[in-house]
Amino acid sequence: MSAARSTFVAAIAADADAGRPPIVRWFGVCIAVTLLLILGGLLIGTTSVSTSIHWLLAPNSQTALVLWQIRLPRTIGAWCVGALLGLAGAIAQGVFRNPLAEPYLLGTASGAALGVTVALLASGASIGALAWATQLGLTGAAVVGAAVAIVLTLALARGVVQTSSLLLSGIVVGFVLTAITSLLLLAKPQLWRTLQVFLLGTTGFLGWRATGLLAVVLLVCALPATLLSRGLDALTLGEDTARSLGLSLPMLRLALLGIVALATAAVVGEVGVVGFVGLVAPHLARETLSVNHRHLLIASPLCGGALLLAADLVSRWIVRPAELPVGAVTACVGGAYLAFLLWRRTRDA
Amino acid sequence: MPERSAELPAPLPALACRDLVVGYGTRVVLDRISVEIPAGCWTAIVGPNGSGKSTLLRSLAGLHGASAGTVHLQGRRLGDWRRRERAQRLAWLAQTPGATDLTAREVVALGRFAHGGWLAHRDVDDDAAIDRAMRATGSTPWAGRRVSTLSGGERQRVHLARVLAVEAAVLLLDEPTAHLDPPHQEDVVRLLRAQAQGCGVAVLSAIHDLSLALTADRLIVLAEDGLVGQGTVHEALRGDWLSQAFRRRIDVVDHGGAWLWRPAVDGAPGG
Repeated sequence: MSAARSTFVAAIAADADAGRPPIVRWFGVCIAVTLLLILGGLLIGTTSVSTSIHWLLAPNSQTALVLWQIRLPRTIGAWCVGALLGLAGAIAQGVFRNPLAEPYLLGTASGAALGVTVALLASGASIGALAWATQLGLTGAAVVGAAVAIVLTLALARGVVQTSSLLLSGIVVGFVLTAITSLLLLAKPQLWRTLQVFLLGTTGFLGWRATGLLAVVLLVCALPATLLSRGLDALTLGEDTARSLGLSLPMLRLALLGIVALATAAVVGEVGVVGFVGLVAPHLARETLSVNHRHLLIASPLCGGALLLAADLVSRWIVRPAELPVGAVTACVGGAYLAFLLWRRTRDA
Repeated sequence: MPERSAELPAPLPALACRDLVVGYGTRVVLDRISVEIPAGCWTAIVGPNGSGKSTLLRSLAGLHGASAGTVHLQGRRLGDWRRRERAQRLAWLAQTPGATDLTAREVVALGRFAHGGWLAHRDVDDDAAIDRAMRATGSTPWAGRRVSTLSGGERQRVHLARVLAVEAAVLLLDEPTAHLDPPHQEDVVRLLRAQAQGCGVAVLSAIHDLSLALTADRLIVLAEDGLVGQGTVHEALRGDWLSQAFRRRIDVVDHGGAWLWRPAVDGAPGG
């Protein structure tokens, strides 16, 4: 904890003498937005906001149950999911030295989908059983599937020596596993709707157990990542220069990709495949704050968390009393943001 | 005084390679090359395009594996050094350093990685070394700017500062004067000389500009088919190594004590 804290303090001190816009203000704004969104997450549900404010001020046992057992864990869990994706995205883009890299590029999404499909086939579960099953069997199946995909990708690329082979292997493994999933679904098409909920990603089933797990994973991922931030900075100078500075690239890549794998496996296991947050959050952090990974690896999770909280709110609010899958919302918002970035880049060029 | 040094036991070279064979795939670029880089000396590598100047520097830096031969840093095999200890003693500058979005000072600070490692953050020594390196290269004014927004010459000086900030015993520089205008080329040459003579550093650099290379203490002359020779500039000129390396007449004139390469262009004024 103290190492991460001193890194953080050093980051602020370094910024003051570089004369950049105060980093403290950036983090202040980001945390304020996040707190507002969390408050919104508590107030906004399938009932109206005014009722919710009344609940907050004068809770009785039943409303307290809704707040404490449903909305609070879901809101905090959603933040953790966004933060994990933001962290994994920032690391992936740094390791692959490619701004289009994203957390799922090791094939985790396809692997998790296959794991869930196999579990559903084995159990013969229906949509009605999904909420209960997600809590136990499907999560495990998704994590196992994601892990298998990572192992396959690493085996196909023969380790982590060449990032280009890793990228290609990830794509190959993703396609093959998706193809197997599709073949299995051909055999039992009634599973398709159940799987779709998973593929689009949903925060609706997040309870305290899942949220606690996500929070632990976030801590386990974020601490070593911030310690390795200098390595990611060195990588921006090119692989040869990074090696000449005394870095062991295979070890660095293995450690960082391990973090990416753990983060994405936890996310797809608990909420399914939530796209675009891992791609957009690092861009947002770089655009508004800094490209220095000491800052980026803290800022990108904060951006990701805020993004997912906002998307979660929209998904609950827009088609009340029903809900949209949160992954559909992040895809719309993220796609629009990337289109904006692209438009600005082509305009400036 | 070459006669006396021949009698004394030769001092250990800061960096040396013996019978180095290096290639890319089946193509052999360096075939049984042996060179010695003494400390306190600026050695320039010259030779035509494709003669393996960059490959030699990369192999000496341990970035490109050799298929045969050995490289010794301060008398110890390159592979026997621990990674960080080696990086503290040997710094390398790429021919075209990356256009990173980090600020100039952040890039220079990365030169101190080998000294601190993962857990330590910068201390007073590191900051002092960074400041010295940036002052020496004149890159202090851009400390807070992103390197990707700097001009080619400014970028080159930032990366040079990063290499100096290592405070290594051996500097391997691939075209350190590339992208620089003549006055700044002169500054770099002065800087390399000061590093060698003032700080006792072994400096080895590939240099395209022959007149600049002739201001070095020693020359390593490479041709496409191997090493032509290594020694002082006088030895190189006496043996006409440059003409052999480039396979054409290289005309070097003495201009008030300084050696200058005169391009043999027909009709040039004063030719």
